[in-house]
Amino acid sequence: MLFTSYEFLLFLIVVITAYYSVRKKHQWILLLAASYIFYAIAGPTYLFYIIATTLSTYIASYKINALQEKQSIYIKENKGSLSREERKEYKAIMKKKQRTWLVRCLLFNFGILAVLKYTDFAIANVNSLFSLFGRNKELPFLRFALPLGISFYTFQTMGYIIDVYREKYSYERNVFRLALFISFFPQLIQGPISRFDDLKKTLFEEHSFDAREISFGLQRILWGYFKKLVIADRLLVAVNTIIGSPKEYQGVYVLIGMLFYAIELYCDFTGGIDIVIGIAQVLGIQLEENFIRPYFSKSITEYWRRWHITLGTWFKDYMFYPISVSKPMLDLSKKCRKWFGNGIGKRIPVYIASIIVWFTTGIWHGAAWNFIVWGLLNCLVILISQECSPLYLKFHERFDVADKGWYRLFQIGRTFWLMSFLRTFDCYRDVGTTFRMYATIVTKPNYLELFRGGLMHLGLTPADYIVLILSVTLILIVSLLQRSGSVREKLAARPIWLRYTAYFAIFLAVLLLGAYGVGYDASQFIYSQF
Amino acid sequence: MEEVLEILRELHPEVDYETCETLIDDKIIDSFDIVTLISDLSDEFDITIPVEEIKPENFNSAKALYAMIERLLEDE
Repeated sequence: MLFTSYEFLLFLIVVITAYYSVRKKHQWILLLAASYIFYAIAGPTYLFYIIATTLSTYIASYKINALQEKQSIYIKENKGSLSREERKEYKAIMKKKQRTWLVRCLLFNFGILAVLKYTDFAIANVNSLFSLFGRNKELPFLRFALPLGISFYTFQTMGYIIDVYREKYSYERNVFRLALFISFFPQLIQGPISRFDDLKKTLFEEHSFDAREISFGLQRILWGYFKKLVIADRLLVAVNTIIGSPKEYQGVYVLIGMLFYAIELYCDFTGGIDIVIGIAQVLGIQLEENFIRPYFSKSITEYWRRWHITLGTWFKDYMFYPISVSKPMLDLSKKCRKWFGNGIGKRIPVYIASIIVWFTTGIWHGAAWNFIVWGLLNCLVILISQECSPLYLKFHERFDVADKGWYRLFQIGRTFWLMSFLRTFDCYRDVGTTFRMYATIVTKPNYLELFRGGLMHLGLTPADYIVLILSVTLILIVSLLQRSGSVREKLAARPIWLRYTAYFAIFLAVLLLGAYGVGYDASQFIYSQF
Repeated sequence: MEEVLEILRELHPEVDYETCETLIDDKIIDSFDIVTLISDLSDEFDITIPVEEIKPENFNSAKALYAMIERLLEDE
């Protein structure tokens, strides 16, 4: 059941109506039922995996909590009789027991994800090795069906169990409430990846019918559909034409493909998240933002703070820091400081952790080498810019340009194109093709084709281009307005006729200009496949 | 406290650490700096700073960092 299908809209209307009709204390139970129905429609066998993740996490969190409570009671009861050393030793033993449960839970759940998502990738690599050494043997692919949203819900759930282990908050005693946290249907497919302590504040609360919140939520849903159906799905046709025939579309078309894909991906992913956050808002539930106008970023590190924020902070909190400040890593850093000096020694933990995080970020996006190369290249650019920061500092001391409008625009343009170049690895079928296509930008100077109607051969009509130019301009204006506060709040302060004209215009645009019909496929959201 | 200030000054000499209380909120120190800080502070005070202590309220100012160190020393 795609978010862009009529079935989903019907499902949503039924759920929202029922949500505000049942007793408030039963609202979360209704959401749990709706989430499981939604998931069962997507694929009944998928339910098995999400239930396995829920139960294993519940058992592990229960055990960890029991050990934490036992420890706290024991220390309280023996406060006077235990020496400092004895207390420390006891705590270490109990922490080890907790860690055993945590590791079991992580291995089980990441194990499910790894087996389902990466087995065929591993087999493909083994087969390549066989053929490299001249062995004529090929292992068959297992082609497991990947449960919907498994990468998202596994990360969200593992974040929860790590937080319980770290005593950031206590475990959820009600297994059904935990089940809702893991399966909440709007965010199941493409995030945002929530933290339990944030989400529980509104997920299990009783919600009254609030016309303003519902109106704001509906506006956000509408805006999401506008981005997805009017822009992303329209551009998808041109992007597929370009990347589908790399022999035909080279040189300037590679650059056009990068530009179109940048806009398509932005509208697809942020549009999807607008729909998710909007649905939650209609239900009175607050989800965290996943984007803060990322294409206005002036550097790649800033871009990654503003794009897919919840995945970035997940990796930072649960992977980057645990690796970089782990004891073995700090010991290694000390040794390297002795051998190679302070500068290199200090960089070692950060570099190793960054490489591991970006490798994982790459492979999280897809089981293929192009995603891994994409992740590692992001890492390389970030580390290079980190190393160059003293140079930037000197440059800015010498030339007073940092606050100049033109210089900021240059930085934004530079970041946008740099990210667009890297993102090309998402598009072409393998790493070699991507590099070959990069080369054609220089070796096939067919730039004049653009003035000879080249854009008309990409599957889009002049009317499509007019729709795209107007829509992207509207998104740009809205993004600029957002910098000084919520656009919906601003609109709410305007006269009623203006407000409703705006709502109606967007509604009509979605209805009439959405990419439906022959040649178009109201496609899946790109991130729902990750 | 002086040791903490000295370690911080090595990272960004231009910052006034005695008054600044928004080191994380204003992105004055980033994740790279945090890792270096943890390594230096662990050496200086002979403590282990667990990963769960990496949160803005502990790293926003020199004072907060020192309070965290005192607490960890007491716990050990």
